[in-house]
Formats: sequence, structure tokens, C-alpha cells
Amino acid sequence: MPASYREVAGSGVAPQSDWGALMGEIEALGSQERARRFESARRMIQEQGVTYNVYGDALGMERPWELDPLPMLLSSSEWAGIERGLIQRATLMNSVLADCYGPQRLIQSGELPPALLFAQPDFLRAVHGIRPASGVFLNFYAADIARSPEGRWWVLSDRTQIPTGAGYTLANRLVTARVLPEAFRESRVQRLAGFFRQFQSTLAGACARPGGGGEPRVVVLTPGPYNETYFEQAYLARYLGYSLVEGQDLTVHNRRVYLKTLSGLEPVDVILRRVDDAFCDPLELRNDSILGVPGLTEALRAGNVSISNALGSGILQSPAFRPFLPALCRAVLGGELLMPSLATWWCGQESAQREVLTNLDSLDVHPAFGGVYPTFGGGGARPLGNAGVRDAIHFAPHRWVAQERMRFSLAPCWERDGIVEKPVVLRVYLLGTPDGYIVMPGGLARTGMGPGSSGISMQDGSASKDTWVLSEQPVEEVTLLQSSDSPILLRRVGNNLPSRLADNFFWLGRYTERLDAAARTLRAALLRFSPETGGRELEQLRPLLRTLEAQDQIPPGSAAEDRSVEALEGDFLEAIYSQSPARAGSLRNLAARVVRLAMLVRDRTSNDLWRALSQLEDSVAIEMTSWSAGEAIGLLNRVLLLSASFKGIVRENMTRAQGWRFLDMGQRVERAMSLCTFLRETLVAPQAGHPSLLESVLEMADSTITYRSRYNLLPNLMAVYDLVLLDDTNPRSLLFQLEQLEKHLQRLPRRGGAGLVAPEQRLLIQLLNAARLLDARELGSGNTSLGASETARLLQLVLTVLPQLSEVLAVTYFEHSHISRTNA
Amino acid sequence: MEYQLIHKTVYHYSEPVSVSQHAARLEPLRDSRQDVMGFTLRIEPEPDVLTTRTDYFGNSTTVFGIRELHRELSVEASSVVAVRPFMPPVPALSPFWREVAALFRDPVSPKNTGPYEFVLDSPLVRIAPVFAQWAGRSFGEKTPLLVGVVDLMGRLHREFAFDPVATDVATPLEEVWEERRGVCQDFAHVALACLRSLGLPARYVSGYLRTVPPPGQARLQGADASHAWFSVFCPANGWVDFDPTNNLIPCDGHLTVAVGRDYSDVSPLCGILTGGGEHTVSVAVDVIPLGTRR
Repeated sequence: MPASYREVAGSGVAPQSDWGALMGEIEALGSQERARRFESARRMIQEQGVTYNVYGDALGMERPWELDPLPMLLSSSEWAGIERGLIQRATLMNSVLADCYGPQRLIQSGELPPALLFAQPDFLRAVHGIRPASGVFLNFYAADIARSPEGRWWVLSDRTQIPTGAGYTLANRLVTARVLPEAFRESRVQRLAGFFRQFQSTLAGACARPGGGGEPRVVVLTPGPYNETYFEQAYLARYLGYSLVEGQDLTVHNRRVYLKTLSGLEPVDVILRRVDDAFCDPLELRNDSILGVPGLTEALRAGNVSISNALGSGILQSPAFRPFLPALCRAVLGGELLMPSLATWWCGQESAQREVLTNLDSLDVHPAFGGVYPTFGGGGARPLGNAGVRDAIHFAPHRWVAQERMRFSLAPCWERDGIVEKPVVLRVYLLGTPDGYIVMPGGLARTGMGPGSSGISMQDGSASKDTWVLSEQPVEEVTLLQSSDSPILLRRVGNNLPSRLADNFFWLGRYTERLDAAARTLRAALLRFSPETGGRELEQLRPLLRTLEAQDQIPPGSAAEDRSVEALEGDFLEAIYSQSPARAGSLRNLAARVVRLAMLVRDRTSNDLWRALSQLEDSVAIEMTSWSAGEAIGLLNRVLLLSASFKGIVRENMTRAQGWRFLDMGQRVERAMSLCTFLRETLVAPQAGHPSLLESVLEMADSTITYRSRYNLLPNLMAVYDLVLLDDTNPRSLLFQLEQLEKHLQRLPRRGGAGLVAPEQRLLIQLLNAARLLDARELGSGNTSLGASETARLLQLVLTVLPQLSEVLAVTYFEHSHISRTNA
Repeated sequence: MEYQLIHKTVYHYSEPVSVSQHAARLEPLRDSRQDVMGFTLRIEPEPDVLTTRTDYFGNSTTVFGIRELHRELSVEASSVVAVRPFMPPVPALSPFWREVAALFRDPVSPKNTGPYEFVLDSPLVRIAPVFAQWAGRSFGEKTPLLVGVVDLMGRLHREFAFDPVATDVATPLEEVWEERRGVCQDFAHVALACLRSLGLPARYVSGYLRTVPPPGQARLQGADASHAWFSVFCPANGWVDFDPTNNLIPCDGHLTVAVGRDYSDVSPLCGILTGGGEHTVSVAVDVIPLGTRR
């Protein structure tokens, strides 16, 4: 094989001038500064939480995005050639799609072998005949291109269904421009924002609603946070100003798509989908899909919603189309295909099949349609040998394609130890506007694992680069926020919150508070537990241990009198670090839960909030090798501090919109419940009035200082319970939580008749009345046993009614639609 | 022969359903073999939206949505269908099977694109060498197409046991093949896999049988519910039906509702519900002859 093309050298040996200037600047930074900037790129990626999910990765699901801060450079004249080639290709692909899902003339005229369409599992017959109002099937298209040893660009693959990576491209640009600000300024790099602005206006223009009725509602339909590119979906949605929704957030009613929000159904005009073709509608497409929207196809048929890309557009990703593109181009566009595809043979053609069988050793054999059959790589990677490949091709030739192996060009890569050259592939993005296709001036460059490797995929951990397309003229600054020529409507409320997000916010509130309470209980226990004093103080420790038991932090039976000191130390370790489902209340389990929930609302919360929570998770991830109470208390203090910073961010920085309201309600419910759980244990303890025990009550309710400032004496049973239960000026008291909840409930959107008392309000009134009527002095009277007191009854009532309230909220506002299927 | 046809499906749900959406393929097909003189669809509770269209394969498809809280859904399709008298083709006169298979190898002559769609893999039926091997015993070097298919149908009927409890709509073809038992739907799928693996176009047919057989004839298997069989493309005759469950070439006792690549294209009634919990379903089919016209 001929030697690879070198990007820096171009066709000669000396660096091309653009590359020369860039490499010179990097050289001039000096080794120390280079190392500093390299690290700062890493840090920026981490801090912005740019991740890529890798399926079945032992290191955990999220992997930081790999960015090499040294960009790929392309001159404007070179870029013009790429643009022309890919605009032509996208135009062609769009026409072929329109024909496949319409008259199928290309098949009748013999230009397109029928198997290319009919054998594809992705050819969706249910959407045949649906024509988008704009006539554009392929709204968004990407091509992976690479340069051959002769310096020519070739298309390796086409992304016609869900072109991924545009969001990562944006993230790469942000970091790269900050790491190399001087070079970025001086090189006249074409900006990306203009492309995304066009993106917005094109999608808005696709709105199908008659009369418009104000701004069209565009949503990004995501498969959910476990999808490999979830980060970029959330990132793009936020950048473009769209709601990120899952299939269960949408519903079809009367052939229209609606978003389920807290205040009812809101019409959706445009769907930018990240869900695969066949999964978009379980009613008419794949019956087993849990990601789609039942009835979506019917809404599309009625022309009431538009979707990008059109359903079924994935068929053109099949490599089997490539050998036919030159002829299709002549037939459809009347010209020669400008940019060639990587040499590909579809075995469905007899001549191609012969060619493949003759050259089996030098070709890669792949399934032609979808990945349901094994891929036969090069010589060594064929477990059944060439004979197995031959048999498979003979039996069903149309299932197979073979591809040439190409040596990609090499681009300089910036690694920790210096600059090395690696093979590079470029993904370029195109947008179908009413006036034809436009190209994003830049793209996602990816570099392979080393010289000579050909397969490049983010799944196996190669690195990415920004791509700088240089301009001859000074570049114009574009911002995405608001074009000056369209008037802006002032708004005081954000777009209505999807019910599912309200649900997640509520539980995020509950779990952060549960984590806080768990850490507090444990700290109170550890402060009272010392191996030296042994059993002496155990009486005051017992209610704390019982609470830890009740919260699933330590195993049942740990609070028993005969528990040894060593066993208890083991229990405490578990209460912090256990990942067992039986210790659901361990700090580590709770922190993991909190981070999972935070991830689900990540596109609605600030990066700071996310950072505070992920640090929280990190702080309980490093295990102590042996028990050290001091170390454990230090850890708990850190957790409580981070928890406080989370609450501070929530209180100071979150808009008082519905998301915040549900988060706060979750916190109030949980705080009231944790408090009552603990008080129920202390109130019936034999030494309920012991100052040490009452101290722990004050600690748990974070009310020690308030108590001292008021009473200036040793904790007294009556005064302590009054302060933590009934004092409505104490933000940690039970009554305070209930009153805050009452305010929240009054402000929730009402769905039933106006003026009626909602079921959740009814439940709360019951608690409020009981709390307001309670007089803590009964505890000092000595008339009744504490266990039978009104106070104990109130605690029990709270612990019974609050879970009901939580349930009623779920039924009323979260509408957790359990989808089922029937087939007869 | 004219028939009154009633197909009633009733679902009972253990939990209330708040939203349901269904797709129904219950209206009999209009083609050269049969006419549909009347068709009505009664749905309880009443849908708030209902649209009917002709699908990709030419079947009438109705999509409806209900947004009223319900615990029971009843869908009753009644039609009056006339099946024209039909002389089955003489198998021995059909073209050699190899000649037919040759028509559907690439590159295809454009006139054959329709049948071509039924040579390839479909969602529930994937071709494989084992099917080709087994089916090949019915197709010698010079066997006329329909002679081979009749033989294949006979073997299928003998070697596979009719067993209404062995499988359900979700049982994969591979399992039916291993167990050698199933119902009409499974037998049709096996036949499709066999024929397509030999490169012959074959499609799935769903429909009904008359409930009470003509005097002196035995009651056929599958007469009390939806039935299914398969159809082979024969250049001289067009699509020719075969009922492997009863080992016969349908004449005027089979009523066609829909055709497709496999069951997934023609499923009579499928739904997506919000809520519903567990469900039970009862299906009743009645096909009553109304006498012969003219």
C-alpha cells in the first residue's frame, strides 16, 4: 500500500503554511505552558461534564469525552471542494429517500435494485406515502470522510438517520478556542454558530400548525440518559433552546402530538429525534419499543407534526447503496458524483459477488443491512475462515457487502508527551434548508489508535478534535441567542415543565434530604460512640442506632444490647460504603441515587448544581481501609458541607419555577419524615429526657445554637420538642416544613374544579391541624407515658400521612403512564 | 358463495385504561377472488378519533384512539363477503420451480418488483440454509412449482402437530421449527421460511374459514377464530393460496382479510394502552353462509 498522506505536509514535505503557523505557535508556548494548557483542556471537559456513555464499560457508564486540543486544519479552497461534494451527495440522498418512500420509480426503471430497499429491516412500510410538508426527508445529514494517500477525499459512510456528534463538535470548539486563543484569533476560523442559527430557523419553518399560533414548539426526542450520546442531546437541546423529552413525555390525541406538562397537554410542532426509526411508534412500527410515542405515525400522516429526519431515513446508511450512487447521481441529478465513496461491492450483484469472492483476502466483508449478521473483518478476524464467508455469501448474496481497506491521512495529535501523527477521519454535517443544503464549516475529527489502524469509533476510545476551516476574509461573529430582526416576547415563566421532570425533581429533593439526614444521624451516633466508654453511653446511642436501622443504613439487630463494639464499627463502615441493595440507606447508595436523579434533570439545572452533587458522590467513593472514627466524622462533615452547598445553590440560584417547587416539596416531605422517624425512637427511649439524647435531637434538627440562644440551660424535653416540632420560626421544625408544603400546594396548577380542596391539600390540613393543636407542655406534665402522648400520636400521623401525600402527588401530577400492549 | 362474517374481540383490563390506541386490520380484502358488500366496525367505548386507510400491502387499516377511562374494550367487525367460484390451478401444469426462482435473483426485471418483496427476510421470518435443505426434498430438479408446494404443504401437515397451547403470537419461528408444533400462524410462517429460502416469493394471508362445514364435510381446524395460511407467487396464475393447517388449496370456504410478509404486517388488532394492568381477551368468529347468488 502507498504511504499515508500527511495533513501537515500536504502533497510536499514542508508543512503547509497554515499548519506551519499553528505548529509554530504551539512550539513557541514552551513545554511547561504546553503541559499546562493540555491539562486545562482536560479539566474543562471534566467540569462541563462532557461525557460519552460506553455500553458495558467496567469503568462505569459515563466516560469523559476524549478531546485532543490540537485542531484539524482545512483551507477555505479545500473546504469548498468538500462542500460541493457533500451538498451534491445530500441532495441526491434526499431525492432517493423521497422516491423510496414515494413512487419508487428508481426501482421500476432499474436504477435501484429492489433488494436494496425491500431487504432492509429499516425500510418502514408504515410510513410509505408520508411526504413531509417541506419536501425534505433528510433534514440533517452527516458524512464520514477521509483522505487517501493521493490526497483525495472519500466518503467512508453516510449518516442519514440520526447524525450524531454535532453537539460534541460544539463542545470541542468551546474548549479548543480557549486552550489556543491566540491561534484561534489569528487563524480566521469560520464560526459554527451561523450553522446552528440556520438550524433553528429551518426547524421552526417546518412547523405544521396552521396559523402558527406564536412560536412553534420544538422538542428533542431522546432515548434517555442511558443512550451513548445523551450528553450531546441535552447539550444541543439547551444550546438550541428546545425541550429535551422522552417518549413517555409525549402523547398523541386526535392525530396531534402533545407534551404532557404539569398544567396539561401542550401541542408539539416539530420533533428533532434521537430515537431510531423503527422505535418511534410502538403502535405502527416496532411493537416492543418503549422509547417511542404511540400514534406518532398517524400524526405524521395527518401532517400535524414534522419530524427530523423523516422516519425511515436510515435505509440510506446501508453501504450497499454506495456502488449505485454514481449511476443514481446521473439519473437523478444529471451529473457525475463529485466525491467518491470508499470502494464497496454489494454481493447481490453477480459481477460484484465474483469480484469479492476472488479478492476475499484483501477485503472487509460486512452485513449490507443492519448489524444482525456477523462482520467478517480482514484475514485474521474470520473464525470460520474464508470458507464460512463464502458459504454465507452464496446462500444469501444480497446480505453482504465488501469494502476496500484504505490508508487514511495522518494528522498531528497533541498527546501528553508530545506531538504524534495519527490517522484521521472527519465527520461533516449538512442541513437541508428550503433553499438547499448548507454545510457546517467545521466538523468532528476523530483520530485512530495508531498509524495504520482503520476502524475509528468513539465506542472503542479514540480521540476527537475540533476542525478549523480557515477563512480568506475576516470572520463575522454570530450569536445564537436572539436575532435582532425578530421581536422578543418577555416571559416570566419558562416553558411548562414536563410531568416526568417534575417527578424527577421531587425525588431529587427527597433523596438529597435523605442523604443529609443519613449523614447527620451517623455523625450523631459516631460522636456518642467511643470504644473506651463502651457500653456506658449506649443507652443514649440506642435511639440513633434504631433510626439508622429504620433508614436501612445498618443491618437489623445492630441496635441490640449485646452488639459488640467491633461489630458496630463494621456496621458503621457499611452505613457509609455499602453498595448492597440491602443497605439502601448507605451514603454511597444514596449518593448514587441522587446523582442518577440529577442526571435526569440535568438539562434543567445549572452546572454548579451538578458539580456539587457529583463531588458528593466522589467523596463517598474512596473507601477507608480500616475503621477510624475520626476519619469517618471528617467524611460526614464533608458530605454535609456539600449537601449544604447544594441547598444553597438551589435556594439562591434556582428560579422559583415548577422544577424548584417540586424539588423543595421533596425536601420538605423528606425532612419532616426523617425528623419524625428519629423523634419516634427518642420519645419512647427509657432515657428520653437525658440531656445527651436531647442534644442529639437538637443536632439532628440542626437547632443546637437556636436552643442555646433561647434557653441558656441544659436541654429540656419540653423545650427541645417544642423547638423542633412546633416552632414555626425554626426552618428545621416540623411545622415549618408543613407550612412550606401548604404554600407549595396552593401554587400548583389545578386540574379539577377551581375552588375545591384537592386531595393532597386535604391530607396536609389534617397534619397542620394536629400540629397546631399540639401543646408541648404535655410532655412535662408527667401525666401520661410519653409513648401514649399526643406528641407521639402526631409523629405517627406524620409518618402515615406524608407517604400518602407523596402518592397523591404522583398520581395527580406525574401520571406515571405504565404502557402495556395487546395483540389479538 | 356469500357469507355473513362477525369477528368480535373483547378485552377486559384489571386496571382502568386512561388512553388507548389501536390499529385494526379487520375489513376483508377486495380482490379478484372476493367482493365485500358491507363492512361495519362497532367499537365500545366509542373512539374519539378513527381513521381508515389502505396500507402498503393493500389492506384496509383502521387506527383509533380512546381517551375515556375504560376497563373493557369491545371491537366487533361485521362484513358481508362474496367469494367467487374458483378453479384451482393444476399443479402439474405450473412452471418449473427453478425457472420461477430465477426470476427473482438480482438484477430483477422491473415487472417483478411486487412479488420480489416477498422473497426476502421479514420481521418474523428469516431465511436460513436449514429451511432450504428441508424444503428442498419437495423440489427436485424438474419439479413444477405448485407440485413442489403441494408436497411441502403435505409434509408440513404430517410432521408438525396442531397444538393450540404450544405457542402464542410471540413464539419465534425457530422454536416452532424445533418443537415441530404450533397453530395455523406458525405453519404459515414455516412454509414462508421454506419457500423464501429456496428463493420463491411467498406471502402470509390472514382470514377466516366458514364455521360450520357444508353437509357431509368435516369441520376444519381454526374455524372458530382468525385463520392464517400462505400464498405462493406463480407467474401464470398470480398468487396461489395453500392452507397447511388443513392441507388443502383454499377454494370458496376461505375468506381473506389481509396479506403481508408475515403476521406482523397483518395482525388483526393490536393496541398500546396507558394503564390496564393485566388483561384477558376473548375472540369470537362466526362465518355463516348466506347462500349462493345467481
